[in-house]
Amino acid sequence: MKSILRFITCGSVDDGKSTLIGHMLYDAKLLFADQEEAIEAESRASNSEGILNYSLLLDGLMAEREQSITIDVAYRYFTTKNRSFIVADCPGHEQYTRNMVVGAAFADVAIILVDASKGISTQTRRHVRICVFMGIKHIVLAVNKMDIIHYDRKRFEEIRREFKHAINNCDLESFTIIPVSATEGDNLNKKSINTPWYKGKPLLTYLEKLNIEQSSANDVFLMPVQRVCRPAPNFRGYQGQIENGSISVGDEVFVLPGNERARISKLYVTNNKRKSAYIGQAVTICLDKEIDISRGSVLMKRNAAEFDDHFQATVIWLGDVPLMEGRNYFIKCGTMEQPAKVTRIYHKIEIDSGKNIYVSQVLKNEFAYCEIVLSQRMAFNYFKLNQSIGQFILIERLTNQTVGCGIIELPLHYSNNIMWQKTDITRAIRASQKGQKPCTVWFTGLSGSGKSTIANMVEKRLVAEGKHTMLLDGDNMRHGLCRDLGFVENDRSENVRRVAEVAKLLNDAGLIVLTAFISPYQRDRESAKQIIGDENYIEIYMSTPLEICERRDTKGLYEKAKKGDILYFTGISSSYEVPVNPNIEIDTSKCTLEESVEKIIKLINVKSI
Amino acid sequence: MYEIILIVICKNIYTYGNILKTIKFLLSEGRAISKMKKFTHLDQLEAEAIYIMREVVAECERPVMLYSVGKDSSVLLHLAIKAFYPEHIPFPLMHIDTTWKFKEMIQFRDRKAKEIGFELITYTNLEGKAQGINPFDHGSAYTDVMKTQALKDAISKYRFTAIIGGARRDEEKSRAKERVFSFRNTEHSWDPKNQRPEIGKLFNTHINRGESFRVFPLSNWTENDIWQYIERENIEIVSLYFAKERPVVIRDNNIIMVDDERMRLLPDEKIQYKKIRFRTLGCYPLTGGFESDAETLPEVIKETLRAVNSERTSRVIDHEVNGSMERRKREGYF
Repeated sequence: MKSILRFITCGSVDDGKSTLIGHMLYDAKLLFADQEEAIEAESRASNSEGILNYSLLLDGLMAEREQSITIDVAYRYFTTKNRSFIVADCPGHEQYTRNMVVGAAFADVAIILVDASKGISTQTRRHVRICVFMGIKHIVLAVNKMDIIHYDRKRFEEIRREFKHAINNCDLESFTIIPVSATEGDNLNKKSINTPWYKGKPLLTYLEKLNIEQSSANDVFLMPVQRVCRPAPNFRGYQGQIENGSISVGDEVFVLPGNERARISKLYVTNNKRKSAYIGQAVTICLDKEIDISRGSVLMKRNAAEFDDHFQATVIWLGDVPLMEGRNYFIKCGTMEQPAKVTRIYHKIEIDSGKNIYVSQVLKNEFAYCEIVLSQRMAFNYFKLNQSIGQFILIERLTNQTVGCGIIELPLHYSNNIMWQKTDITRAIRASQKGQKPCTVWFTGLSGSGKSTIANMVEKRLVAEGKHTMLLDGDNMRHGLCRDLGFVENDRSENVRRVAEVAKLLNDAGLIVLTAFISPYQRDRESAKQIIGDENYIEIYMSTPLEICERRDTKGLYEKAKKGDILYFTGISSSYEVPVNPNIEIDTSKCTLEESVEKIIKLINVKSI
Repeated sequence: MYEIILIVICKNIYTYGNILKTIKFLLSEGRAISKMKKFTHLDQLEAEAIYIMREVVAECERPVMLYSVGKDSSVLLHLAIKAFYPEHIPFPLMHIDTTWKFKEMIQFRDRKAKEIGFELITYTNLEGKAQGINPFDHGSAYTDVMKTQALKDAISKYRFTAIIGGARRDEEKSRAKERVFSFRNTEHSWDPKNQRPEIGKLFNTHINRGESFRVFPLSNWTENDIWQYIERENIEIVSLYFAKERPVVIRDNNIIMVDDERMRLLPDEKIQYKKIRFRTLGCYPLTGGFESDAETLPEVIKETLRAVNSERTSRVIDHEVNGSMERRKREGYF
């Protein structure tokens, strides 16, 4: 009842990757006698003491280098009494990213090697990123060459902390750190007496015991159809491998494309008729009614996929010719293949640092965030939710080469863990270039209380003083950014939120911002203050009495509101909450405009120093 | 199962201790059931191979399966039956007959074709045969002409675009690097420097006219997996895999079976009778057997699990030059 564990080993040539696996197999007595003899003979030939060189077993790679053959993924197989293993042995250097992608796509677990004397390197971080990107959920860090640092626990703990930091924010189910020595055999097959402080399992035991079964969070039955089996006019079976969940005869399935439902009438697992089938099995499914289903259709227990003709994806470019916007390719996703176009390259992701860089083309081994438009709608899912129909390859139409592979990304509104991207040029730098300290002056008050007039005058003064400013006016914003919003309470709140966010961005740009919005609700002004930042927020309450505003009625709105032509008009049919603690209160019926402006400018100048 | 539980509950309900026992029993039953459902490593390998074969049939224009009559071919044939059931195997099987195969292999092949009812194509390089190319006089040229060239000619003749074979990555170092869908150019040669990246199950099956794929559904199987699967599925294999008294000569430390009168004996060679069996099968003058008492499948498996040498040591041709397999493959050998 053994299962298979597929793992990939990552590390550069000098990290002792091949020695690690070679030594593990040798100690576990998993080599054939002729392989053992070959190692022993070759080791004798290469050094006079006859110290065993375990790497010779795996180093097809060494030979490949000498013969200048492309270094490629090699697969090795071994079985202990608890489990069968397949190792994808792939090179680690940047120019071989594409090979590592192939290996990572295949693996359940990644063993990442670091040299204990060197610690976590840029390359280690890159390997982690690629593995996580390709959907690997379990990572082991093998801290190798512990013998060279005399099994120094402190050093090991340092590396552990560094590594924990490196995998912070990675979507992993487990990670483990093991101190090993590939040449000496410490903690490979049994616990080493040299590291009494290490309480975990040795590497081989860890691999034998690791549970890779998917957490049952997503167990909705899903099967992309590979082919339709029609041996006789009365038999129509849909063949494929179950990618998720389980299904039984009598269950209803939902089919994309087509949005149709039918019940399972017959079910075969390989050539055996069965009542039910589950994830991993190769099945043939018959339905109780005729539906248009062909290769590329997806059967699901309930609708658990997207159905659209475009999506955003992170693409790893594998082709020699760079990726550029507007190029046409064939896309293969699940069992569906069709023409597709990369319509937009948003940015490239620098894999060593995780930074986004704006580019117009993407070179081999680079990662890029793109938009892909399909020639027809298809069923797909986001890689994080379902790997089988969330991953794709791009095929070049002329050369037939596989030039890219990608994962479909969750749209932004799906994600609750968007990170803030740090930029090198900060608000402080931008502001100091302008010789000012940015802030937002928030005018609130009834329509006709003089917000826009005063704000306009204040801005003119500031510009005359050589300041860089921006005035956001209520009516102007509603012409563009907020034209989808009305005047009901929720819409007003959203309007204020957007204005606050824009003000904050403009402050980030180094500008002094003036906003003129009624902003009638206390809690909206509070949240605007939070968005903009307490220390950057100046609140001006225009307390001109309602009767005076009504009398002025510069825009003729009070009249309309009274007639009932405008619903939800502040002061008439909608309430205004008086600010609790404004920085300045201005009643234009009691002081001149010039006096008001002077007061505000003074406060801004105090705040700006 | 529920009946059993009920009976157990009725029998044991009397005492508190027995109730505990009952609960324990039920829990262990539950575990046993969940274990039964577990997908074993053979199940995984079987499902993967079936997926690959279905992809070939769904996407490739003219597929064929290479049938060498060996144990791996027998597994492949079994998987093909399972993959397309209840449909018949939707591609022909092709045997490259060098005319030097063991007699038992040819009999087995023809019987299987009749029993299962698959379409069998046999192909022999008639030109080579007419020239009298044989394994005694021509050494590696024999393999090139009667196997490699014959295969290339057959593929070109029938314009096959996907040739399914039973090779495994654990067989040899250069195979360890090969893709599942392994691209061949119009000259049928493999370019290890320029293999297409293969991302999981997303196989790129695009080719131009004259080009083809060698497809290896058993890529991830090991020799042990093959034997265990043969046992589990009760797959019939050629009797040459089982020990029996056979007429042999000892040549260069290899035990070579004298399968027919064409076997040329060297002056000091004498036919002896030894109880031998074979671990791999090919042309009889080039296939080394070994002494064994394993007459049944369980015995063979037991012996294989204890084997001290890797499989290919019994193939005479691999030992000629280091890296000979890679060279052959570049030239179009399967």
